[in-house]
Amino acid sequence: MKVIVTSEGKDLDSKVDQRFGRAKYFMLVDTDTMEYQVIDNEAASQGGGAGVKAAQITIDSGAKVLLTGNVGPNAYEVLKSGGIDIIVGVNGTIREAIQKFKSGELKSEGGPNVASHHGLQ
Amino acid sequence: MIISVASGKGGTGKTTISTSLALSIEEEHVQFIDCDVEEPNSFIFLKPDNLQKKSATVLVPEIDKNKCTFCGLCQEICEYNALVVLKDNVLVLPELCHSCGGCSLLCPEKAISEVDREIGTIEMGKRNNIEIVYGRLNIGEAMPVPLVKMVKKYIQKTNTVVIDAPPGTSCPVIEAVKDSDYCILVTEPTPFGLNDLKLAVGIMRELNKPFGVIINRHGMGDSGVEEYCREENIEILLKVPFEKEIAVAYSNGIPLVELYPDYKKKFKNILNMITNIVEERAKTKIIQERQL
Repeated sequence: MKVIVTSEGKDLDSKVDQRFGRAKYFMLVDTDTMEYQVIDNEAASQGGGAGVKAAQITIDSGAKVLLTGNVGPNAYEVLKSGGIDIIVGVNGTIREAIQKFKSGELKSEGGPNVASHHGLQ
Repeated sequence: MIISVASGKGGTGKTTISTSLALSIEEEHVQFIDCDVEEPNSFIFLKPDNLQKKSATVLVPEIDKNKCTFCGLCQEICEYNALVVLKDNVLVLPELCHSCGGCSLLCPEKAISEVDREIGTIEMGKRNNIEIVYGRLNIGEAMPVPLVKMVKKYIQKTNTVVIDAPPGTSCPVIEAVKDSDYCILVTEPTPFGLNDLKLAVGIMRELNKPFGVIINRHGMGDSGVEEYCREENIEILLKVPFEKEIAVAYSNGIPLVELYPDYKKKFKNILNMITNIVEERAKTKIIQERQL
């Protein structure tokens, strides 16, 4: 299954970026093979609507699930419309996050868990 | 002639100064334009009669899903991420929309129409020779600038116009002051006042706007602001003392010139000075243009 994990770096031992809209990178990981692709987050430099753009990137990647720290209201709305399962509160390394996900430890969230522009602070 | 009153730091006394300035103008038609749409308060002091209220709207896109082919062109055009095109659905995020009209214009299926979205209200009234117009942005709206633009549309340049700008130095302030002939910067003689005054001065210089400073609550704080103005050759138009009576009057909605009518003369002198500066500038501009 393909998942997107927000990442601070470009490999599986990088830390999960706690932001979604302005995350540094998106790691598109195939949980079966652990093959991965690094996607630069163009949304990070946007003036406004970063969450919207990041959500589009996520939907376009073909991933079914998002693993990240926090998701704001705009991002949440778009991700939900795109049918993406959203899991927040994820930390540690990318590798650890995927492992927890595979073992069923992580659960989907009911709504955005931070307010707009949280990632800019 | 349009005079704007801005500050940098909030709470320095813009409205104290702008309302008393307007009340000191002895002309048949004066306009007071309150551009602090997030928190208009001039009406408390000017007490206008015959208040009219209008809804202020901006245009946002509405997609006809029957005509839409989900080609994604509108999303590509939108600079503000206000449109999201999915496999079989289009999301509009109206609070991000800047009403440029690009999506509607360029949709190949003509599936996008523009509809009104209310962002606030515009209210207007009169007090003697002063026509007062102010905008009131709805709570939760992220962008004051469109409403500031709408309020400014009521300006008739044949009058003397006083614009009360919002606090700060960001987009709504620029919109409020950019078309004025002269800007009065109201500050307080404190480190915070000085810090934000410098930012406001930076804007004035960037906009090439003639400006002067009024020090409110003179007597408190320190001499930093005065020293700065001296070093930078900035004219200090007036110093209003730090006085309890002025604060008490303010808290009761009483303008400065009503408490101390002597201030009318001071404001009239400032107006004359500003008029001369603005006229000189206009003359210089004409000469420069002829030389080109």
